[in-house]
Amino acid sequence: MSRVLVGVKRVIDYAVKIRVKPDHSGVVTDGVKHSMNPFCEIAVEEAVKLKEKKFIKEVVAVSCGPTQVTETIRTALAMGCDRGIHVEVSGKDYEAMGPLQISKIFAALAKKEEASLVILGKQAIDDDCNQTGQMTAALLDWPQGTFASEVTIDGEKVKVVREIDGGLETIKISMPAVLTADLRLNTPRYATLPNIMKAKKKKIANMKPADLGVDEPPTRLAGVKVETVDDLVAKLKANGTI
Amino acid sequence: MNINRLIALSKSVQFGKILTSNARHATKEVNLPHRTIRTHARNLAYAKDLFLGKVNKAECFPYPEIGNEELEEINSFVAPVEKFFTEEVDSKRIDHEAKIPPETLNGLKELGLFGIQVPEEYGGLGLSNTMYARLGEIISLDGSIAVTLAAHQAIGLKGILIAGSEEQKAKYLPKLASGEHVAAFCLTEPGSGSDAASIQTKATLSEDRKTYLLNGSKIWISNGGFADLMTVFARTEVVGEDGVKKDKITAFIVERAFGGITSGKPEDKLGIRGSNTCEVSFDNCPVPVENVIGEVGGGFKVAMNILNSGRFSMGSAGSGMIKKLIEMTAEYAGSRKQFGKNLSEFGMIQEKFAVMAQNAFVMESMAYLTAGMMDRPGVPDCSLEAAMVKVSDLLPIGCLIVVCVVVSKLNDGIGVLIGYAVVGEQGVQERTKHTPLRCPSVEDQRGGCVVAYPTPTLTNVFSSEGGWICVSEALQVLGGLGYTKNYPYERYLRDCRILLIFEGTNEILRMYIALTGMQYAGKILTGKIKEMKKGNVGVAFEMLGRKLGDALGRKVDLGLTGMDGVVHPGLADSAKKLEQNVAHFGSTVENLLYRYGKTIVEEQLILKRVADVLINLYAMTAVLSRSSRSISIGLRNHDHEVLLANTFCTDAFFKNNYWLTQLQRNSPENQDENIKKIAREVLEKRTYVCSHPLDRTF
Repeated sequence: MSRVLVGVKRVIDYAVKIRVKPDHSGVVTDGVKHSMNPFCEIAVEEAVKLKEKKFIKEVVAVSCGPTQVTETIRTALAMGCDRGIHVEVSGKDYEAMGPLQISKIFAALAKKEEASLVILGKQAIDDDCNQTGQMTAALLDWPQGTFASEVTIDGEKVKVVREIDGGLETIKISMPAVLTADLRLNTPRYATLPNIMKAKKKKIANMKPADLGVDEPPTRLAGVKVETVDDLVAKLKANGTI
Repeated sequence: MNINRLIALSKSVQFGKILTSNARHATKEVNLPHRTIRTHARNLAYAKDLFLGKVNKAECFPYPEIGNEELEEINSFVAPVEKFFTEEVDSKRIDHEAKIPPETLNGLKELGLFGIQVPEEYGGLGLSNTMYARLGEIISLDGSIAVTLAAHQAIGLKGILIAGSEEQKAKYLPKLASGEHVAAFCLTEPGSGSDAASIQTKATLSEDRKTYLLNGSKIWISNGGFADLMTVFARTEVVGEDGVKKDKITAFIVERAFGGITSGKPEDKLGIRGSNTCEVSFDNCPVPVENVIGEVGGGFKVAMNILNSGRFSMGSAGSGMIKKLIEMTAEYAGSRKQFGKNLSEFGMIQEKFAVMAQNAFVMESMAYLTAGMMDRPGVPDCSLEAAMVKVSDLLPIGCLIVVCVVVSKLNDGIGVLIGYAVVGEQGVQERTKHTPLRCPSVEDQRGGCVVAYPTPTLTNVFSSEGGWICVSEALQVLGGLGYTKNYPYERYLRDCRILLIFEGTNEILRMYIALTGMQYAGKILTGKIKEMKKGNVGVAFEMLGRKLGDALGRKVDLGLTGMDGVVHPGLADSAKKLEQNVAHFGSTVENLLYRYGKTIVEEQLILKRVADVLINLYAMTAVLSRSSRSISIGLRNHDHEVLLANTFCTDAFFKNNYWLTQLQRNSPENQDENIKKIAREVLEKRTYVCSHPLDRTF
């Protein structure tokens, strides 16, 4: 019946003091403690809860990145996911990757795995983009329930209570859909040591973005600084963007 | 040397952790589906052939490696446990209320921390000693929790694990591993603390020979207030081979449900206040005969084995605590300003950090070296034919034996050879794989000594004292703030004070270390071992001793450095210092044995120095082994490790020399006579003896 795809991202641990590299090219990541993005943990917890309530049959944890992300996938497995998918992207490609590429990968996977739900964290704590969920829904042309603080499955529909600027909004969307988890959705469980040991036996499949028909991320073009808003409008018109 | 005396002296109180070594292979190729926990330590018979210029695999070099898979596994365990401790454990509240909240205990049970070394088939995690030590680093963040868990699994249920029958294991381990039942270890009594062999609790066999009735009381029992299952030691009447009835100690599995058990009120302690400690009394408590662990009358051996090896985890626990303290304290020192400068710019503050860093480094190195040695599957390797060391049952598992043979070489002067062996269950197995080149023939051997390092105990003593000093220094850096309850330093200080007391007071452990170390010293390795057992130190030995004394000054080469050296050239200096110390130590010990003979057992001040030197020697070995590995594989920040290693070794070298000098005959540095005299006079009068400085006689 139903399969849920959960995206998990490996980020620098929230408690770590971030230090900038001496050449200012980025942040020090070598030897620094990494862990699962807190919002992704909440997403995993929600998916596992839905499985425990028997609304869905299988939870698949997905992560994109170099080999180290398998640790994060294993944590998701230890929290209760059934299997994992590791989309290998490494080195320069990984650094250039952004929400657009990720959502293309997720969209392709969602179709391939015939998922009824894709649950993601609302944003990652390293880049704070808050885009992947929305882009994925757009690419799939699926309804989206973002900033979810409560999720209930009602037959073929999903009732989502969303935390928005004005307060709480309740919507009903039909499946398949994309949800993004907000802070108060649930309290993620601890991956207990016995579960971690059991998780070792669960499978993690390996694939490349190319296998899913997703291109290499384009090299990012340099930007231009302008002085005034008028200049900006002029440049955008000249570009053909507006 | 009176073996029984050795036993009595070596008895420890309360907590000790057991070694249950695994058959897990450290190599990548062997992929065991699950670890099998051995109930007896495997025989790690392993004597190193270290002849001049040739080095074979020693027990200490290279530093133990674990497989990639195991490393990944350990790392995956560390994260959730750390997370739990930072988020769910309120140490301040636990200390204040003198209680661990039930939710926290439940969380620990669910995490699986109540059955870390219980085999998977009984519902535990089945982790190796190395992994246990690694988790110990995190669990030690809260002293009360650490002690509660240790009392439960490191000693409480260990008896069943290592000496229990299959029925006993199947019956009791699953509930213990899940934490549904909590265990406790009941050995100490009001009249028997360090002298544990003198316990008086009695177990009398009933008429129908089916039940034992337990009578007596135990004190200082951790988890005693709520433990469902206890390992209790009591005297039972045993008929010896000669038909004489004796009261020997037996170990029992006692369930609270049996009845007749009362627990006293919890003790109000200085530290580890969250851990429950109380008196437990047995009043005709019926224990079925099936619940005897091991043999009737064999309880002493069970206790010895339980209280051993697990000790090493104190090293990693201590280092975990100090590493955390360094972080917290460094933050403060880098931001607090006085006299216009940061605290971190002042020399005396900097010294404190250096001390803390060195101590953490040494503790880690010792702990993981010991754990690694115990985990390593027995690789039968070569040994010195001449070193037929018959190890008695009393040498603890994990004990490292160093064999030094003095050889006269025509051109090079006298060198000292070393063989290493680690004690397993069947003792040191002697197996010659091949005859090495330049093996000294029997005629060349002029004598030698064998020194045994009870490595877990060494780690224990160093870590408890190092931890105490470091916490105190860390508190000092924070000054007044460190003294308040708003910061955790005072709690860490109070919590770690117990480390020097329980599980064998450091005084007892030193005696044990020294006597174990010296028990085989002086053996002439050309086959006069039997003579040694009689305690007979012959005249010929005296001459050898003298020769050694002069000769060893000339040149010492234990093969640690040089072309085939196991130690990286960057550490060559420190390695040479270690070699010199070892040689000097060997000769000093022989001298002492010659001077005192059996009465050495009474000379505590001498044994104390011997123990201190031995501790330092092992520490230096661990540190050199670890840093050699770090350099060789290019571990991050290995330069810093080399710095720490060299600094520590130099420091230890000079300290050792001083102590060894004090141990020479008629040494002016040795004030033991005066010390004893002062003590005698004070203790006679049971008060301070001097007249008041303001007193007059006229």
